[in-house]
Amino acid sequence: MTTMTAQTTQVYQVFIKATPEAIWDAITKPEFTQKYFYGTRVSVSADRYAALGGDGGEVVRGDVLEHDPPRRLVHGWRAMYDPEMAAEGPSRVAWEIEPQEGGYSLLTVVHDQLETSPKTAASVNGVGWMMVLSGLKTLLETGEPLVA
Amino acid sequence: MDDDRVFKALADPTRRHLLDRLFERDGRTLTELESELEMTRFGVMKHLRVLEDAGLVVARRQGREKLHFLNAVPIRLIHDRWIDKYTEHRVAALADLKNELEETA
Repeated sequence: MTTMTAQTTQVYQVFIKATPEAIWDAITKPEFTQKYFYGTRVSVSADRYAALGGDGGEVVRGDVLEHDPPRRLVHGWRAMYDPEMAAEGPSRVAWEIEPQEGGYSLLTVVHDQLETSPKTAASVNGVGWMMVLSGLKTLLETGEPLVA
Repeated sequence: MDDDRVFKALADPTRRHLLDRLFERDGRTLTELESELEMTRFGVMKHLRVLEDAGLVVARRQGREKLHFLNAVPIRLIHDRWIDKYTEHRVAALADLKNELEETA
């Protein structure tokens, strides 16, 4: 088994058969995010990104750094679901949406600036983000959550 | 839509080796990757191109450098589509067998 240090820049990419507008809504509106983002309700304003858990508790928070619907959203990421992670430095998440041929869009998520938050980096690494993107794709393409 | 490309990209030991190198340390230049393989720069580039076309590697510019990142989402999607389906069935079949055997015991 190869040991692995969680990367300080992580890149995830997926083709989704949906318009950029539909993807934008799915990543910025709570009624969508709760179906694929670990049950959290995400709300995004021009200056603030917030994810709330089922109990109303804060799960992730960050300042919105770039807000260009439906193409690009960049926000800070501070994981509040764990006290040790909440104490780490903030990292950054960028969502890039590019329209493709055939009704597809390419969604790229870059989670970087994780140098001061190793525990957060390990928590979101690999399966963490992949479950989100896989669930988002399934939701947009079938209308159903990945896990019923 | 790209399952064929992913399977094809994975059906080569050098390309799997490249993915493993990126899994260990992500965000590498062509020069770094080339130094770990007994292969010409052109050969490595060719394999990276196949991996990029399959969406398994994403190249991004960072300053002057072009860095290659592992993107395992397509493998995850294949896992969800193919692996889960058959392993769940097998687990379910074993569970049924166990129930049947215990009932008749």
